[in-house]
Amino acid sequence: MNKTFFHVVKRDDMPLWKAWLIRGATIIIAILLVGIISTVVTGKGFGETYEKMFLGVFGRLFEGKTTMLWKYLQDIAILLSLALALTPAFKMKFWNCGAEGQALMGGLASIICMIELGDKLSYPLLIATIAVTSMLAGALWGVIPAIFKAVFNTNETLFTLMMNYIATQIIAYYVYIKGGGSNVINPVAAGNFPAVGNNKYFVNIVIVAAITVAMFIYLKYSKQGYEISVVGESHNTARYIGIDVKKVIIRTMIISGALCGITGMLLVAGTDHSININSVGGQGFTAILMSWLGQFNPFIMVIMTAIVVFLRLGVAKVADSAQLNSSFSEIMVGIVILMLVGCEFFIHYSIKFNKHKKEVAE
Amino acid sequence: MTKQSAIELKNITKVFGKVVANKNVNLTAYRGEILSILGENGSGKTTLMNMISGIYFPDEGQIFIDGQEAVIASPKDAFKYKIGMIHQHFKLVDAFSAAENIVLGLNEGKYDLKASTEKIKEISSQYGFEINPEKKIYTMSVSEKQTVEIIKVLYRGADILILDEPTAVLTPQETERLFSILRRMRDDGKCIIIITHKLHEVLSLSDKVAVLRKGEYVGTVITAETNESELTEMMVGKKVSLNIDRSEPVDPVPRLVIKDLDCIDRNGIKILDDISFTANSGEILGIAGIAGSGQRELLEAIAGLQQVQCGEIVYNDPKTGKEENLRNKTPMQIRDLGVRLSFVPEDRLGMGLVGNMDITDNMMLRSYRKGRSVFLERKGPKDLAQHIIEDLEVVTPGASTPVRRLSGGNVQKVLVGREIAAAPTVLMAAYPVRGLDINSSYLIYNLLNEQKKKGVAVIFVGEDLDVLIELCDRIMVIGSGRITGTVDGRTTTKEEIGLLMTKTEQQGEVQDE
Amino acid sequence: MIIQFICRAILLGVPLLYGSTGEILTEKSGHLNLGIPGTMYVGAISGVVGSFLYENACGNDIANMNPFLAVIIPLVCALVGASLMGLIYCFLTVTLHANQNVTGLALTTLGIGLGNFLGASLINITKSELPSIALTKTSSFFSAKLPFAEKLGWFGELFLSHDFLTYLAIVIAVVATIVLKRTRVGLNLRAVGENPATADAAGINVTKYKYFATCIGSAIAGLGGLQYVMSYASGVWSNNAFGDRGWMAIALVIFALWNPSIAIIGAFAFGALCNANNYIQGLGTETQELFKMLPYVVTIIVLIITSMRKKREYQPPESLGLPYFREER
Repeated sequence: MNKTFFHVVKRDDMPLWKAWLIRGATIIIAILLVGIISTVVTGKGFGETYEKMFLGVFGRLFEGKTTMLWKYLQDIAILLSLALALTPAFKMKFWNCGAEGQALMGGLASIICMIELGDKLSYPLLIATIAVTSMLAGALWGVIPAIFKAVFNTNETLFTLMMNYIATQIIAYYVYIKGGGSNVINPVAAGNFPAVGNNKYFVNIVIVAAITVAMFIYLKYSKQGYEISVVGESHNTARYIGIDVKKVIIRTMIISGALCGITGMLLVAGTDHSININSVGGQGFTAILMSWLGQFNPFIMVIMTAIVVFLRLGVAKVADSAQLNSSFSEIMVGIVILMLVGCEFFIHYSIKFNKHKKEVAE
Repeated sequence: MTKQSAIELKNITKVFGKVVANKNVNLTAYRGEILSILGENGSGKTTLMNMISGIYFPDEGQIFIDGQEAVIASPKDAFKYKIGMIHQHFKLVDAFSAAENIVLGLNEGKYDLKASTEKIKEISSQYGFEINPEKKIYTMSVSEKQTVEIIKVLYRGADILILDEPTAVLTPQETERLFSILRRMRDDGKCIIIITHKLHEVLSLSDKVAVLRKGEYVGTVITAETNESELTEMMVGKKVSLNIDRSEPVDPVPRLVIKDLDCIDRNGIKILDDISFTANSGEILGIAGIAGSGQRELLEAIAGLQQVQCGEIVYNDPKTGKEENLRNKTPMQIRDLGVRLSFVPEDRLGMGLVGNMDITDNMMLRSYRKGRSVFLERKGPKDLAQHIIEDLEVVTPGASTPVRRLSGGNVQKVLVGREIAAAPTVLMAAYPVRGLDINSSYLIYNLLNEQKKKGVAVIFVGEDLDVLIELCDRIMVIGSGRITGTVDGRTTTKEEIGLLMTKTEQQGEVQDE
Repeated sequence: MIIQFICRAILLGVPLLYGSTGEILTEKSGHLNLGIPGTMYVGAISGVVGSFLYENACGNDIANMNPFLAVIIPLVCALVGASLMGLIYCFLTVTLHANQNVTGLALTTLGIGLGNFLGASLINITKSELPSIALTKTSSFFSAKLPFAEKLGWFGELFLSHDFLTYLAIVIAVVATIVLKRTRVGLNLRAVGENPATADAAGINVTKYKYFATCIGSAIAGLGGLQYVMSYASGVWSNNAFGDRGWMAIALVIFALWNPSIAIIGAFAFGALCNANNYIQGLGTETQELFKMLPYVVTIIVLIITSMRKKREYQPPESLGLPYFREER
């Protein structure tokens, strides 16, 4: 039994700064690794690789051109808003893998409002309707698995996953009808978010920034946020102090789904003015990783999404300049995330070398 | 004596950290004999047996099997010496059938469940087990699961069987059936060691009794030559004076009246049977009994966490004088009635507190709903946390340290501190000093006494009889879900309580037969 | 018409069958591997790369190609590629105790990225006009049919006209069922997934079983990707064409109640459901899109019913998704 030279023990005493030091170091190593791999693959210089990366993300920012920067912020905003939406559910230990579908349903509600009500309602009323219906649609998609989880303890990971594909097919159906047999809907002019100055992303970014702050406050300072933490930590304790666990599960998933619905609205009314089955583009899954890596803290999620989107855009540029496929960036993002996932081991466990056999009292 | 001992322990000592679990224990068991190991909770019985079955390794001393010195470093070694242990917590895969569980991990050539089933049936008929090898574990009663565990070790050819409190989970009829099987095994020449703290079982079943007390070996007696009072005295020892303060109750009035309470556990077994008692204000009511006799269910039923089959839980409100029936109300509803009921549960970090939250946030568990704001009010809980840390001398880096990082005693101080801060009229505490050092224990006793002086009805579930006798005004003894007697804490003796603790089953048996 | 429909359903179902058989083995060891879609994708692209290299080495002339090598090279590549994915998953979740869902999803991201990158690179090398790469020669070896199948009419078409990977899928599923149900290894594996502490106490090497089950499961799933490219798509690789088959394979696990034999029927039923829209008369294309959600709706219904009935045989392995750490006993 104890013939190995070392054994692994669980630890929970690592100070926060040290944990973040490990995570930070992992990020730096990961980015260096990405640079090295990119350099080897593209055959360009090491410095040049990072220069290209920077260029791919920020463009000619130093020459006063901010277009790329805004696109970067927009991409962060979309991924972040999904990650934020998932966070209350994860904090409750409810695996909502259905952000993709919930966001698509929100987007669907938006586009239906834009097409059907675009010429019937005044602009403010239209925007308000879009906002309300997309939140309701997302919430509906989120609450169905939650109800079954609360009542029958149905596995939510698989349920929410399946809901994604049902949503995809509903979108495909709708797009086919409205697109006149093609798989695209021409951009709709009504119900678009206003551009501020010349910037069509500004409103999206402001909305997500507001959600970030609101989510931080909700989780940390609200009574509901507190209930979510208690339910996530121990159903027994929740029972002991009289929290209705079922109610909390359902309520939290309504919030989570509604926030995903908002992302759908940002994508449809705020960005594309159209919808297709790839509107969310798999970001619902990346968002799960972002939320988890962010340790339930919205502000850390901002940093995590900023890094991942930076790599996504930057490495794509590096690959592009070397006539490589842009999927190269997905690989690099995957490697970085896996390294971050792996480094948690060194935070939660420590390796002890066996000198004496130790036993623990029952 | 020409008889060769099956197993012999010489000067076995085992220390966990600073706690001495076993000290110089000497034991001998023979084939064709049932040996009982008797002792209170925490007397080191299970640790001792775990050393024989290879889970722990003794720090000092020797083990002899059939006269040869044996080194048992792992459960596999134990199996090699044909030692089989039936643990209190069954190690079975619920989704498997009995036969699958029995052969799990074995390496006996070809995998042939049919042949194994035949062998199981053979063993069953030999000793009189009633078991369907194809039946799945999750559909089985506790007694059937235990049967599977016993067959599992027999299947592996064990001839030294150790059973750790096998009757704790059985009904009297099931116990009787188990005993007849054990007797048959003994007659078959097997050596059987049974760990228990039930006196009448010892007397009816075993040939010899070895008694342990607080990790030390007291002695072995032949069952036929002893009686209950001698065994009780060996088990509980002489009274130790603890010098816990005890004041006279001031104006006790009934605060909580329990009438005819019945409760059924998950397995459908009656865990509380016809419980009736009154807890008075300004008094500490102790509840004594062997672990798992229904103490937890009783407190949880009062706190609104356990469904009650029938009976009443009546609370007399000291302010309004109104009576409220708390039966089958949720904790929320109880609080909304204005009942100030505080509860220190047995499972501190799993129920009473949230391990990953800091002290301040744990203070809020009781109070966070206060006020109409959607936001939390942290100022009050923070002050309370600070207050508790200072008053109860909680050793912690600060109020923002997660409670799971605190030591056991400090965790308990936080929990008790919070429950007392709610200014309760009823305070229930389950094993509040378990695992605590002396100083922390006395601090808890003093806190309970303070509450008593304030007129709170305190209910104290304890395991150490010395403590119960010195702390409590009245002691209610509970056995197998029934009240077996209530004694005055000032006049009672350990022997009296010890006898009451083990008495019920005899009565139960008589009634059931 | 009906025969054709069934054959089409089988062809569509085989990748799902591979994926779900692999996932069942993995889940039986207590690990929910959400990296299966990525693993299948990697299996497919590894096979494509292998056969691409072999075709090129033979000067792109089918006459030079050895049928055995043409089949075995992509096969081995797919197995190796997919098992490596399983190995990464295992290292992270078993050895480093990382969260299974997070690891799996990250692996899927990585796998799809890897597949698309390699695919696009190959397309780049061939300087093809189309965004795809055709390995029709290799594919012809893979989809070789029994010579006498056509002579036997409907019977031949229904039972004998499939490519060898289809039969292999069924064989693997049946063997997996037998191993799980009737062997000691299967018993031990199931014990590991149900209750690792008990298995550990019984002397079973929990870590070893988890590693083997996950890596073999991943390898099997990788074959599903290979079958998709070589048989279904006739050797034509184009990025993202594999679609959501990986997730459907995971859905199928639930549908099959963790039994590979039921998965055979389930896979073909899923194949039929995916395909029904093409065969029902008078369906508009838009309604066809709605029909495509059927497999998912059915899966959800199965999921709900099993959770309502609480019958233990139909439940996931008890410790599915939970990390096992011996010292926590």
